[in-house]
Amino acid sequence: MREELFVSGRNIPNIDPFLNIWHWQIPLYLFLGGLAAGIMFFAGLFLIIGKEKEMETTVKWATFLVPVSLVLGLFALFLDLKHQLFFWRLYTTVRFESPMSWGAWTLMFITPLSFVWVATYMKDAIPNWRWRFNFLEQLEASAIKYRKVLAWFMMMLAVVLGVYTGILLSAFNARPLWNTSILGPLFLVSGLSTGLAAIMWMSKSHYERSVLSKIDLVLIGVELFLIIHLFMGFLAATEVQIEAAHLFLGGEFTTMFWVFVVLLGLIFPAVLEILELVGYKIPIWIPSLLILFGGLVFRFVMVEAGQITRYLY
Amino acid sequence: MRYAMAVDTKKCVGCSDCVVACQTENNVPHGFCRDWIVEVVDGSYPNVEIELRSERCNHCDNSPCVRCCPTGASHIVEGGIVLVTHEDCIGCGACIQSCPYDARYSHPDGYVDKCTFCHHRLEKGQNPACVDVCPTHCLHFGDLDDPNSDVSKALKNRKWKVNAPEAGTKPQVYFLT
Repeated sequence: MREELFVSGRNIPNIDPFLNIWHWQIPLYLFLGGLAAGIMFFAGLFLIIGKEKEMETTVKWATFLVPVSLVLGLFALFLDLKHQLFFWRLYTTVRFESPMSWGAWTLMFITPLSFVWVATYMKDAIPNWRWRFNFLEQLEASAIKYRKVLAWFMMMLAVVLGVYTGILLSAFNARPLWNTSILGPLFLVSGLSTGLAAIMWMSKSHYERSVLSKIDLVLIGVELFLIIHLFMGFLAATEVQIEAAHLFLGGEFTTMFWVFVVLLGLIFPAVLEILELVGYKIPIWIPSLLILFGGLVFRFVMVEAGQITRYLY
Repeated sequence: MRYAMAVDTKKCVGCSDCVVACQTENNVPHGFCRDWIVEVVDGSYPNVEIELRSERCNHCDNSPCVRCCPTGASHIVEGGIVLVTHEDCIGCGACIQSCPYDARYSHPDGYVDKCTFCHHRLEKGQNPACVDVCPTHCLHFGDLDDPNSDVSKALKNRKWKVNAPEAGTKPQVYFLT
């Protein structure tokens, strides 16, 4: 028998007995960031390949969600800070080794970019829309002229943002569940998939939805593949990683993860999408909502469970 | 120069004097601590072994907290001591997540706080408060680059281990076994 005790009486709030310093704000932000990255990636992609007409919702209307979700996400991040008045310190340094610094700077560029993108479609959304000042009209005109350049930047930054939501966690080598390089691609793919789900929900065109749901099926396949590899990697690693995997294989997160994330968030919506593609009538909001909900639960589970896992000594 | 500490687990009696000395010296807020004592009981009666360890920030050579800090508030000063500049810290919690030893905590004033090896005392040529107050002299402190320092001598003559070496952090608090 082996027993370890703090005999000096240690009970620091949010650290003992289990680390729990990141609450709902971080997973919510990771979800909103991934969602925004997904929408922006596909908006940029379909504009660049010249499908602006056929994929109107993807390129135009869904992008109106992006500034909203980024601002909400940033607000959640801000709420999470304990020394809030000093948040601007993020922007007085560039730290290449810190993923959080990368993320802060990415958001610094991508958030204004998303506003500009939406602004170039304001006149399409509201026919009588007029910018108040003349220089804004001129700016809009040049933004429209260079829309393709914006699209390239948006796509690249969206990938950085999507990967970053996973890398943020995987950089913490003290938490075995997070400390795997698969988390970056996994969060990116999951973010792209939630983005697609949001676009599909908004889209009224049958053609657009069928194109998107075909892409989504591929992404869901990749995501399942990455999840399997995640656990294979854990189970073939050291004791702390095996213990981390067992939180999901019989431990307290088993139901939450396999039922809500994998079954209801990935497999079931994929089946519905296939049925839709072969001709059955399925209300689009059902698979979309399930994918979005699964993505949200996935991030909550990963953040919560990751904090419990630790090195034992 | 490389500051380090060696804790003699055979001499420590777990009295918590180091914990109280630190709380007093550094004005640690009520309910928090920068150092603590772990008791490990191995085996069952009559074959029982007890190990007592006074633990604190390991001031790692490869410190993940410094690497993850997005503002540079966590930094390393001369002698390898890891410090936090309070007015650069935004309280994001990245360093707390990255520490395998859970040595950092969020101060009620917002910033992150932890053991400093009593940097303010070292500047005056004194030892950390916990070292000076220990009644069994089980804490050895000093410069690893100086072969005659208290810590170098302790490590030379005894077997030692560090906590969670598999985390790859190269901790600088050693435990004499």
